[in-house]
Amino acid sequence: MQPGSLLPDLERLIPAARLLRRAAEMTPYESDALTAFRARPAAVVLAETQDEVIEIVRLCHRDGVPFVARGSGTSLSGGSLPVEGGVVIALNRLNRILRLDPAQRIAVVEPGVINLDVSRAAAPYGLYYAPDPSSQLICTIGGNVAFNSGGAHCLKYGMTANHVLGIKAVLPDGEVVQLGGASLESVGPDLTGFFVGSEGLFGVALEITLRLLPKPELYRTVLAAYDSLEAAGDAVAQVVASGLLPGAMEIMDALAIEAAEAAVHAGYPRDAAALLIVELEGERIQVEAEFTHLLQVIEGSGPKTVTVAKDDADRARIWKGRKSAFSAVGRLSPDYLVQDGVVPRSRLGEALATIEQLSRAHQLRVANVFHAGDGNLHPLILFNGRVPGELERAEVLAGEIIHMCIDLGGSITGEHGVGMEKRQHMPTMFTETDLAVMAELRRALDPGEIANRGKMFPAGEAPALRSHGLHPLERQGILSRE
Amino acid sequence: MTATTMIAPESIEAVQSAICAHERLVVRGGGTKPPLSAADPDQIVLATHRLTGIVEYAPGEFVFTARAGTRLQEIAAALAEHGQYLPFDPPLVAAGATLGGAIAAGLSGSGRQRYGGVRDFLIGVRFVDGQGRLVRGGGKVVKNAAGFDLPRLLVGSVGRLGVIVEASFKVFPRPPQYATVRAPQPTLDDALTTIARLNSSTFDIEALDLLIEDKAPVLYIRQGGLATTLDARQQGLITWLGSGTPLPDEAAFWADSGNFGWAPAGWTLVKTPVTLLTIPVLEQALHAHGAQRRYFGGGAAVWIAWPGELTALDALLAQLQLSGLILRGDVAQPFVGVRTGASLAARIKRVLDPSNRFPIL
Repeated sequence: MQPGSLLPDLERLIPAARLLRRAAEMTPYESDALTAFRARPAAVVLAETQDEVIEIVRLCHRDGVPFVARGSGTSLSGGSLPVEGGVVIALNRLNRILRLDPAQRIAVVEPGVINLDVSRAAAPYGLYYAPDPSSQLICTIGGNVAFNSGGAHCLKYGMTANHVLGIKAVLPDGEVVQLGGASLESVGPDLTGFFVGSEGLFGVALEITLRLLPKPELYRTVLAAYDSLEAAGDAVAQVVASGLLPGAMEIMDALAIEAAEAAVHAGYPRDAAALLIVELEGERIQVEAEFTHLLQVIEGSGPKTVTVAKDDADRARIWKGRKSAFSAVGRLSPDYLVQDGVVPRSRLGEALATIEQLSRAHQLRVANVFHAGDGNLHPLILFNGRVPGELERAEVLAGEIIHMCIDLGGSITGEHGVGMEKRQHMPTMFTETDLAVMAELRRALDPGEIANRGKMFPAGEAPALRSHGLHPLERQGILSRE
Repeated sequence: MTATTMIAPESIEAVQSAICAHERLVVRGGGTKPPLSAADPDQIVLATHRLTGIVEYAPGEFVFTARAGTRLQEIAAALAEHGQYLPFDPPLVAAGATLGGAIAAGLSGSGRQRYGGVRDFLIGVRFVDGQGRLVRGGGKVVKNAAGFDLPRLLVGSVGRLGVIVEASFKVFPRPPQYATVRAPQPTLDDALTTIARLNSSTFDIEALDLLIEDKAPVLYIRQGGLATTLDARQQGLITWLGSGTPLPDEAAFWADSGNFGWAPAGWTLVKTPVTLLTIPVLEQALHAHGAQRRYFGGGAAVWIAWPGELTALDALLAQLQLSGLILRGDVAQPFVGVRTGASLAARIKRVLDPSNRFPIL
């Protein structure tokens, strides 16, 4: 960038304490949860007001300087990786819940509000915010909106886009727009939905209107152990065929079970090849009746053992193991890559068999923890970056898994987004025309391509500076890659 | 009205060439919402009724893909064979509405209360834009975060950004049985308070509509689920409400609601998104104008049957900062009231339809 005029203007706008310029101050912002990429921005601005964000974007637009909006930096696809020499707009301090209206079941929040804080604020009214990415203790709503984050409940409840009703945003050229509103219904193109998942390329969301849901009266959770992943996968198919609509269906393989047990003592059976968690929720009478039916289906699917959560503590323990599985598996290896592909649910067994073959062929261990209900795989490829050639083999293996997902009729990403990591795979999933149209739409909003430049689209230079080991937040157990 | 020329392509390629061959086009699905495809004499009507058929349906995946001109009735029947349904409950199914039309109109019905609207169930789309390009967005799996969300962009686009030719949807198992409580409310305030309480309650509600009958508000609350527990759940609801009676022949009530059999012939029919906060003022004005109205989706929107001049409704909605989509009536274009995000929509329109082959958005 040509920092000549921009930086003095930023200095006039932002107090020195919130305008980071020194390398040491900016280091935490050089990477996100995809630690394989690293880039040094020219400045990091810790914005405190919406007006500041708007002004920063306008200045960047005026000078053609790229900017990247950033929340807590938990992106697994490198979505908040800075642009070398650009500006990082850190949004964590825009963390006010502006309005919580229990009668209308909405919350209006700033982008730096932590995902779980929305549910915490809504809890006194018996409400909660449904999308629950595993990083929900730390990830922000702004980041969730940019990447259309998922979680364990997407089959029944949908992704972030299903829960965003309105957005006030500053577009990359500084125009401020209001999309959608407080109603669940709208007239005209669903611009709110179009903005969600645009990976920061459409600008910065300043105010987000979220839909809240009433907390279900009752949850019933069952944990079943199987001799093979295939048997667990078949059980999922049988549950679905039975006409039930579980809120969550999750599968873990032996490596993941072992790691989760070692980490949090979830009480999982250690000798199983696969674990299946199924959860129903809703009105008590209905759920009790459905759960009886579910247990019959599970018993008929040939499990080794079946454990029913007796109370909330039991249920919390089962989920704790599941939610910590990824960081736990990560501890088995100096480095790992997480994939996020989706396959049609009926082809899960096939997909897992292929992953096992690929794992053997490349001589790298792969652990599997996945959202079986929506076909969202999370193969975790273990490698040691210090062994020459291992990272390259891991990347080849990851690429082959992505191609398999597309061949099976799925997607390259279920919830992590394309970001830096999967942009080279976009042409496998979309035609040249699809991508051309998306690129034109992007330029219609951002002619200079200054907003999160280098993400989502396949072209462009990779600023890859390889790093090694866990993200600092991960080491502290704050963040998990899933 | 002068007769317009209609073309009905049988293939996606034919849609592409038709778009390239004509300067001004209007897309029409089943034609059940005439103002959405109102055509001038110099506009060609591009009808989708030959682009039909379910392309793929895997009940175990909760996903199907169909050509845009496929009637919702056919889709509903195919899904019903496997105990599944379209949870967003599109209106005008019996009247012949198509899948593409439901997306383009962005219409959901009373059943949206339980799991969400059409935007929440559309997972992939193929469309031909105003330059004749075949574009795909989304996919055929229920969870997907790759690329811009073009499917959602087309929800409510009213044929102004392109011709939807194929769409993929998520579907759910249909509750085996339904029951509805009819609960008259003393005042509108009481009705809105009850809606708010229900919306925050742990009851799983399939539909929650507010009707004004003989000037008095009445709530219709639909539950669904296992036959073995439904009676007990309904009793629980009535006890919680403190009033209300089971509605006999409830299926017919909801079917009539979605087919607008209640709206007087010749009146203009409009959908308007609302909130519990905007309803009181709007309700007063609608009552004063002698309009008929049904609030649906737990107070998320209202169907308005409007007897008089449309300019008065337009002014009313604009004054209340509300928007409306005209589904029936003699109008040249379907939008009334205010529009949000108009400048962004215009930028998108310039990309997908730069020579304005389709009507303005």
